Amino acid sequence: MPRVNLPDVALEVRKNIIKMLAFAGSGHTAGAMGSADLFTYLYFGGEVKVRRDDPTWEDRDRVVLSCGHYAPVLYSCLGMAGFFPLEELSTLRKLGSRLQGHVVRHIEYNGGRKLAHDQLPGVENTGGPLGQGVSIAVGMAIAARMKKQKHRVICVGSDGEMDEGQTWEAYMSAAKYKLGNLIFIIDRNEIQISGNVSDVMPIESVGKKLEAFGLRVKEIDGHNFEEIGSIFPWARMYPDQPKAVIMNTTPGKGVSFMEKNYLWHGIPPNKDQAIEALMELTGGGQNEVLG
Amino acid sequence: MKYLVDDLETVEMKAVRDGFGEGLLDLGKRNEKVVALCADLRESVRVEGFSKAYPDRYIEVGVAEQNMIGIAAGLALEGFIPFAASYAVFSPGRSWDQIRVSVAYTHSNVKIVGGHAGISVGPDGATHQAMEDIAMMRVLPNMIVVVPCDAEQTKKATLALADYKGPAYLRLTRSKTAMFTNRSTPFEIGKAQILRTGKQLTIVGCGPVLYSALMAAEELKEEIDIEVINMHTIKPLDADALIRSAKKTGKVLTIEEHQVNGGLGGAVAEVLAEQAPTKMLRLGMNDAFGESGDSDELMTKYGLDKDGVVRATRKLV
Repeated sequence: MPRVNLPDVALEVRKNIIKMLAFAGSGHTAGAMGSADLFTYLYFGGEVKVRRDDPTWEDRDRVVLSCGHYAPVLYSCLGMAGFFPLEELSTLRKLGSRLQGHVVRHIEYNGGRKLAHDQLPGVENTGGPLGQGVSIAVGMAIAARMKKQKHRVICVGSDGEMDEGQTWEAYMSAAKYKLGNLIFIIDRNEIQISGNVSDVMPIESVGKKLEAFGLRVKEIDGHNFEEIGSIFPWARMYPDQPKAVIMNTTPGKGVSFMEKNYLWHGIPPNKDQAIEALMELTGGGQNEVLG
Repeated sequence: MKYLVDDLETVEMKAVRDGFGEGLLDLGKRNEKVVALCADLRESVRVEGFSKAYPDRYIEVGVAEQNMIGIAAGLALEGFIPFAASYAVFSPGRSWDQIRVSVAYTHSNVKIVGGHAGISVGPDGATHQAMEDIAMMRVLPNMIVVVPCDAEQTKKATLALADYKGPAYLRLTRSKTAMFTNRSTPFEIGKAQILRTGKQLTIVGCGPVLYSALMAAEELKEEIDIEVINMHTIKPLDADALIRSAKKTGKVLTIEEHQVNGGLGGAVAEVLAEQAPTKMLRLGMNDAFGESGDSDELMTKYGLDKDGVVRATRKLV
C-alpha cells in the first residue's frame, strides 16, 4: 500500500463517517470519529498487511473490531482502501446493504444457509454485543500459532466494553497461552452510551489491571500518528506476551460540538449537524461540503 | 428391530459421554483440523483422552464458557473444527449470546457440546440439570441440534458432526444408560430412525430415555401396537418420517429429558399442527425445575421410566 499523508487520509475518513451516518439516519458517531486516526494508520500507514484484491489472503494481519458499533470507521477505511466501491458507503444500515449496522463476518460452506445480505470484504468478525471480538482474537492468535503463521492479530476494543466480564476472561487466556502475536488496542475515550466511563462503571487503574492480568501494556495518544506507529516495533520486543495498548482519544474528534460528549456515542448527525461538522472538518464553506 | 441389539433386557450399560470421548479421540487421529476446548470439566465431559493424546490441539479456558465459545469461533474462522465442551447448563446455558453471534450468525464451524443434560444428572440437583438447552439451541438460525440415544450412536454422531460444515449442538448425558443400538445401526444427521414399527401409536423420543419407550412398547404389545422413532436430530427435524408415522397411527407421544415447552415435543407439535394435525401428548418436564436424587429415582418420579411411558401411552389412547 503506498505511503500517503496520514492526516489528509484521516480527514477523509472522518468526512465519510459523518456523511454515511447522516445518510443512514442512525448509528454511532463518537467512537468512530475518535478512532479514525488509528484506523487510518492501520489501513494506510503501511504497517498492517492486507490485500484489497484478496481479502481472505492467508497471511494477512487480522484486524478484529470487537466494539462492532465502530463499524463506520472500519467501513470508511475499507472503502477508501479499495475493498469495495466507495459509493457503497452511502448504503450504511439500508435494506440489503453489505454495510450492516454492526460488523458481520459470515462463512459460506457448500450447502450452507445464506444471509439476508452479502458479506462485506475485509471484515474479520461479527461484533456488536461487546466482548466477543476479544475472545475471537484470542482464538485467531492461537490458530495462527498452531499453523505456524507469522501474521498478527490486532483487536480493537473500547473502554466501555471492558464492563463485560468476557473481556477479562479473554485477557487471562491470552496471557496463559503467551500470545505474542496478539495486540489489543483499547480505545480509552472515557465515554459509553449512557455516560462517562468513570460514572457508569469506573475502570481505573486500567493499565495496572491489564498488567496484573498478564499483558504487556503501553499507553499512547490515539491522535498522534508517531505514537500509533510506535505500537508495532514495541510489540515485536515481546514475542511471548500479548500486548494491550491503552489508546487515549477524544470521542467525536474533529467536530467541536461532538467532542467529549457521551450523548454522541449512539446517535448520528442530522443534516444540519452534518453540514456543520463537515464545514468544521474541512475549514471550507457550505458549497464545498455539500459536493 | 434390525437396528437394535438382540436382547433389550440384557443390554450393556455405558454413558453417552463416553461415546463422545471415544469419538473425539478417534477424530484426533483422523482429522488434524479437529481441536477441543473445555471449561475445567475435561474429565467429566470426556475430553480428557483427547487432551492427553493431542495436547497441542487442546485449549483449556478455565471456568469461562463465554470466552470458550469466542475462542472456538476464532479457531473456526481460521479453518479449524473446534469441539467446545462443558455442561449444558453452562454452555449453552451461559454462553448463548456468544453462540448466537460468533457461531450461529457468523456460521462458524463450531461444535458445541453440552454435557450432563437432563434430569438423569441426578444428585447435583436442578442447578446442574439442563432441561432447556434444546429449546435454546433449536431456536437459533443456522444451528443444528443432535441428541444421540446411547454411547454407540454418540460416537457416530461425533464423527458425523466433524464432517458436517457449520454450527452444531451435541447433547450428552452423564449416567450409564442402555446401549440399545449397535455398531451396524446407521446414523445420518437429520434422518429419523424407526426403532420399532407399529400401527396404533407413535412414540417420538430423543436421548437415552428412548430405552424407556422401547421397554414400554414391549410391555404394551398385546394391548397396543406402538411405533418408536428415534428423532436424534431435533433440527433439522425429519418431518417426512414424523408425518408418515403420525398419519399411520393417528396418535403421537413425545418423550424427552427436557421441558415439554420448546424441546422435541414443541418441535413435533409445530410440524404436526401445521402439516398433519394429530392427537398428541408431550412427556418431559412440565415447566418445572428438577431436584437432587439418584438418576433412576428421578426418572421414575418425573415419569420418564418405563412405567411413566406406559401411563402416558394409556392416557393418550
